[in-house]
Amino acid sequence: MSYVKPKFRHPELPKNKLGYTVDYYEGALSTLCAGCGHDSISSAIIQGCYEMNIEPHRLAKLSGIGCSSKTPAYFLSNSHGFNSVHGRMPSVATGANMANRDLIYFGVSGDGDTASIGMGQFVHVIRRNLNMTYIVMNNGCYGLTKGQDSATADEGSKNKTGQVNLFESIDLASLAIELGATFVAQSFSGDKTQLVPLIKAAMKHPGFAFINVISPCVTFNNNLGSTKSYDYVREHVEATATMDFVPQMQEISVSYDKGSQKQVKMHDGSLITLNKLAEEWDPLNRQSAMNAVLNAKSKGEILTGLLYVNPDSKDLHHLIQTSDKPLNSLVKSELCPGADALKEINAGLR
Amino acid sequence: MSNTKVNDFVVRFANVNGTGSASANFLFTKAIFRMGIPVTPKNIFPSNIQGLPTWYEVRVSEKGYLGRREGIDMMVAVNPQSMLNDVKAVKSGGYFLYDSSKKLHDQYIREDIHYIGIPLMTLCNEAYTDARQRQLFKNIVYVGALIALLDIEFKEVEGLLADQFQGKEKLIPSNIKALQLGIDYIHKNFKYPLDIRVERRNLLKDAIMMEGNAACGLGAVYAGATFAAWYPITPSTSVVEGFAEYAAEFRTDKITGKKNVAIVQAEDELAAIGMVIGANWNGARSFTATSGPGLSLMNEFLGLAYFAEIPTVLVDVQRTGPSTGMPTRTQQSDILEAAYASHGDTKHVLVFPSTPKECFELVADSFDLAEQLQTPVIVMIDLDLGMNDHVTPPLVWDDKREYKRGKVLSAADLEKIEKFGRYLDVDNDGITYRTIPGTHASKGSFFTRGTSRDEYAAYTEDSAAYQRNMDRLIKKWNTAKDMVPAPQVYNQKNNSENGILFFGTSQYAAEEAMDILKQEGIAMDAIRLRGFPFNKTVEDFVKSHKKVFVIEQNRDAQMKSLLMIELQADPNKLISVLNYDGMPITADNILKQITKNLSPSSKLN
Ligand SMILES: Cc1ncc(C[n+]2csc(CCOP(=O)(O)OP(=O)(O)O)c2C)c(N)n1
Ligand code: SF4
Ligand SMILES: [Mg+2]
Repeated sequence: MSYVKPKFRHPELPKNKLGYTVDYYEGALSTLCAGCGHDSISSAIIQGCYEMNIEPHRLAKLSGIGCSSKTPAYFLSNSHGFNSVHGRMPSVATGANMANRDLIYFGVSGDGDTASIGMGQFVHVIRRNLNMTYIVMNNGCYGLTKGQDSATADEGSKNKTGQVNLFESIDLASLAIELGATFVAQSFSGDKTQLVPLIKAAMKHPGFAFINVISPCVTFNNNLGSTKSYDYVREHVEATATMDFVPQMQEISVSYDKGSQKQVKMHDGSLITLNKLAEEWDPLNRQSAMNAVLNAKSKGEILTGLLYVNPDSKDLHHLIQTSDKPLNSLVKSELCPGADALKEINAGLR
Repeated sequence: MSNTKVNDFVVRFANVNGTGSASANFLFTKAIFRMGIPVTPKNIFPSNIQGLPTWYEVRVSEKGYLGRREGIDMMVAVNPQSMLNDVKAVKSGGYFLYDSSKKLHDQYIREDIHYIGIPLMTLCNEAYTDARQRQLFKNIVYVGALIALLDIEFKEVEGLLADQFQGKEKLIPSNIKALQLGIDYIHKNFKYPLDIRVERRNLLKDAIMMEGNAACGLGAVYAGATFAAWYPITPSTSVVEGFAEYAAEFRTDKITGKKNVAIVQAEDELAAIGMVIGANWNGARSFTATSGPGLSLMNEFLGLAYFAEIPTVLVDVQRTGPSTGMPTRTQQSDILEAAYASHGDTKHVLVFPSTPKECFELVADSFDLAEQLQTPVIVMIDLDLGMNDHVTPPLVWDDKREYKRGKVLSAADLEKIEKFGRYLDVDNDGITYRTIPGTHASKGSFFTRGTSRDEYAAYTEDSAAYQRNMDRLIKKWNTAKDMVPAPQVYNQKNNSENGILFFGTSQYAAEEAMDILKQEGIAMDAIRLRGFPFNKTVEDFVKSHKKVFVIEQNRDAQMKSLLMIELQADPNKLISVLNYDGMPITADNILKQITKNLSPSSKLN
């Protein structure tokens, strides 16, 4: 089956700076289960791209395999998409990014796709600080293969058949911070107010921006006893801060209490304003961010919001000194040493 | 009899890995090369960094035979560990050069060979004080001895040292001194030169000496590859290292230091091929290099690139399998693995260079092919070609040559079409049009996927649409037959009812064997494969001969299988000539296997 979304436009829908209405950022009709958390994240991505005035064709969306990895088909239909193989999206994104540094790279993965089969690539894409946004739609299970526990399922959490998970879970957010990710956030698919600014800031971040989004699987892991169910997450979520993201230094008026406010200025002048809720937590300090996540976890809580950011992030192109011009735009005269150079090479081999 | 040994012998050096023998041995080979005499060295090295035995075998052949030859005329034995076997390996009447600082034990004495004892250690201990120098210069002293024994021109060696130590001229005199120690010792104690010796010729003209891997790397630079990802594995490592070196030279901005190239050492081969696919998808020519174990890991991604139709270039430098096998020995045993890599109905374009010159050319061609066909192209070489120096004609490049980027739509092209269909077979050749991300604001975007899709790249589980796509891929495959490098046919018209078929590094030994057969009055037609899928020329060659000897360097006759599968060739007429001991194939071996199979009637006289 192939689904085509029925298009009808509200004449009065507001337009962004590029003159596009929000529906311009939509994709094909979703084939996920009704109520699946992943669909809410797709709509946050649509909203974020609309608000950021992104030209869809200047963004490439990539994913692995899973229900979550299907979602790039459901947003930004004017963007090129790449649904790769299970757990290997980071490598495809790395190559794509190396080929053209001027596009925005948006990766979507699942907890199986990232924390199990794709753990190796996830770890290494962080190490290289590839300039991309990487969202894990984390439901603690393998949705597409019908609900088996994933490596992010919490110890003691019950799945639909009542079985208790015996194993320690992998905490992707604290792992990412530990590995040196330069932007790490955590959120909940049901909290669009928090998720949209996080996505906007992540896309602006010049390096690897990771967002771990708890995204309940209504079909296989939304039962009583599951720590990734809507009810459980709503009860246990605790935000680090309320957040606002303002691209490129506009005048902003802040209504927060000055004492608990923190502003992070990004490379291009964009501002992240955080109204801190968590105590003893500094988003610019790796150690402090790790502690905050792990402390919350030990209390059975899920700390959400922007957890850590390094505003001095240098991405892979900077590290390996690639030319400013995208590699895929270079032509023969810039690439081929030519026949005369070859004669000299030959001479050196005699 | 003695005269026949001028410019026709094999010297084998038995060394200890990591003792600096490689550069001394290379000096020896290169001096003979510069005297205009065909020479071919083979490294026979262990999978080890220091301490294990390593051999370096040099064949000198006036007739220009560059394959390996059995039978060692002279052993330069400086490794006590392997000495007993090294003594046994010398041909009757041959020479055994050894370090006579200590007396040779009786067990090493054979009546039928000549012993040339040189007190290498004693000479070096007397001449040098530094321990490292004493060790290193032992190698140079034996090169000196060989200069005298084999009549190598001293000035060529001097010239090589001058080249080698450009900018570090201080190091030259101590090297010359070591050479002289060896020469003097021979002059004082032995008759020289020996019956095996060299004589200047001008047979090589403008030939160069190069390793296949470096030529592959250079080919990728010339082809305009801007991205490479790789994971180190012997014997492929020096492909990307070669690419990196040449790219650093030609692609770095002198002022900013920024590079028109990116190279990523990946975490494994899965990631390496994934990155290459990502970059090619996004319009940058890119490639990776690996060997058997890496190719095994890349299977899933190769299937994706085949099915989603993404250009990909991969150099497979084959080594001895299965599994880790003998990682530092050669073989042609990844053929079936490469041809059908990945699950489902998948097949891949292969090219088979056999010389460094062809490595350069066919790698460059592979980038054109991959983009024109929008599919992986696997360049099949082996350790022998990749990691050994070969005498090869000079590399050539035509400045008028343009990169063939295949069917890629520009923004202007997209403006002109009503509706873009990524997998629409507009030209009826099975090859469809693609777009690069970022090209056009509202036209040309599509979803690349490994799942089944229709002509407009939309996901589908419709059987008819799936099958249409699979059939189009076969149409493309047929189109590829006349695009891959054509085979080399040795006779324009058939002269014999029997033919020989080979590819890659078997060329050297096969041509030598053909010469010998011809001298014996046995005419044979021959064909050298250079690409897969096979075209009509290959099909006709197999059809029009009663017997076809298929020469290949693996146990299971993989190329024969491929001919059977793809051409429905009769297995009874395909006679395998196999070599799978990890050493490069020899003409002798080929001759033995062929003559065993020939009936007397095939002799013409
Ligand atoms: C190599 C390979 N192994 C197994 C599978 C089967 N498979 C498809 S999706 C999936 C798990 C997906 O889980 P997750 O990434 O958490 O995504 P979700 O469906 O939960 O969103 C598995 C195991 C596959 N596609 N490829
Ligand atoms: S199975 Fe779970 S994860 Fe998959 S679509 Fe349904 S609710 Fe979402
Ligand atoms: Mg999941």
